[in-house]
Amino acid sequence: MPEPILQLLLIPLIKIVVLLVVVLLIVAYLTYAERKILAYMQVRLGPNRVGPKGWLQPVADGLKLFVKEDLVPGGAEKLVFMIAPAIVMVPALVMFAVVPFGEPFKVAGISVTPYLADINIAILFILGVSSLGVFGIILGGWSSNNKFSLMGGLRSAAQMVSYEIPMGFAVASAVLMAGTLSMVGIVEAQRTAQWWFMFPGILGFGIYWVCGVAETNRNPFDLPEAEAELVAGFHTEYSGMKFALFYLAEYANMMIVSAMAVVLFCGGWLPPFPNLLAGLWALPVLAWIPGAFWFLAKMSFFLFCYIWFRGTFPRYRFDQLMNVGWKWLFPLSLANVMLVALGVLLLKG
Amino acid sequence: MEHYVPILVYTLVAISFPIVALLMAKVIRAGSPDPVKAEPYECGVKTSTVAFDTRFSIRYYLIAVLFVIFDVETIFLFPWAVSFDRLALFGFIEMMVFLAILLVGYVYAWRRGALEWA
Repeated sequence: MPEPILQLLLIPLIKIVVLLVVVLLIVAYLTYAERKILAYMQVRLGPNRVGPKGWLQPVADGLKLFVKEDLVPGGAEKLVFMIAPAIVMVPALVMFAVVPFGEPFKVAGISVTPYLADINIAILFILGVSSLGVFGIILGGWSSNNKFSLMGGLRSAAQMVSYEIPMGFAVASAVLMAGTLSMVGIVEAQRTAQWWFMFPGILGFGIYWVCGVAETNRNPFDLPEAEAELVAGFHTEYSGMKFALFYLAEYANMMIVSAMAVVLFCGGWLPPFPNLLAGLWALPVLAWIPGAFWFLAKMSFFLFCYIWFRGTFPRYRFDQLMNVGWKWLFPLSLANVMLVALGVLLLKG
Repeated sequence: MEHYVPILVYTLVAISFPIVALLMAKVIRAGSPDPVKAEPYECGVKTSTVAFDTRFSIRYYLIAVLFVIFDVETIFLFPWAVSFDRLALFGFIEMMVFLAILLVGYVYAWRRGALEWA
């Protein structure tokens, strides 16, 4: 087969299939992990009936959601009601196109990159596409003809746009340190700097992570879905496969926020303390571990933190949520950008 | 360009995913429609109004307007951050002036109570 066809057609297609399968598999088992970890935190056993230790639980859940009756509430905007879950799901999947999972490696003499594309506007791409998800949530809440859903959708939209601003500032502080918008470039900049950016940019990292948890509507910021007051918020009326799409999108978004935290602040696929530790004793050992392992390990840690927060923190009130976003995180992130810019200016001269 | 073609193909695959999932579910799912089931979930009593008539706080609009202003500000930060090495001191001072102007707007919005949620 001629080289260009192989490079341009076959390899990207294989990568697309692998990426989708891996992402959906991680999402499915994230739901299992969440139930299991929450159960152990509350001294329960969690799912343990379907398959050995409940490993097949996600398969059973998926099958159940497939055959569930799909109810459309009377008086709902039918078309909008149907496409809203798709509007949430598609951006959540599309963002994975630019996430670098590891270093380029060689298979049968062909260099393969474990990411779909390394574009020089990757950060803008992710920030832009992630903003599209909010349309699906507000449309789903609005089209349901349910008062709880309407309030949930509005709350969700207000929360997501409020936390997007400090998040943008925090991401900008990492971009300042790296000097590029390419995800691969940011990881390489951390290799050159011999630091993960979370050490000089600890404030930006903290702001990013709080905003990331708020952006995905997770505890302690899960006001849009607050069971006690809004039943399930924007997806009260959704059932069957449409509900499953909302559910999958939430977990895919958690993965993206974690992956972004890893790339921007925790050195992507680099082993811990690039060059420093590796130069001493660990070089022969760490060189054997593929970069994708480090990436997935760091991402798993952040995903565990999500579940940990859910098992630990009570929920905020909505006015507290908006206060934290606008009166604390916004000025703090602004000051952080100024400080980082000053630091980069002084260090790089 | 060669980097964007895979993203385009991947986007098309991602768009087809929910469509295929919903169509497959449509074929195999259970279905026995009933007017009582189609009632919006509220309290058990037949709902007297449609949800779109519900009033909600004007502050949601206010937050949206504030978001537009400050999100545009973030977008300005990215090209500046990428070329910060070359802009050096000039770029630093320029951006500080820009941020200071927006900070004045932020303080004004705060003082006028636009950030209060009550």
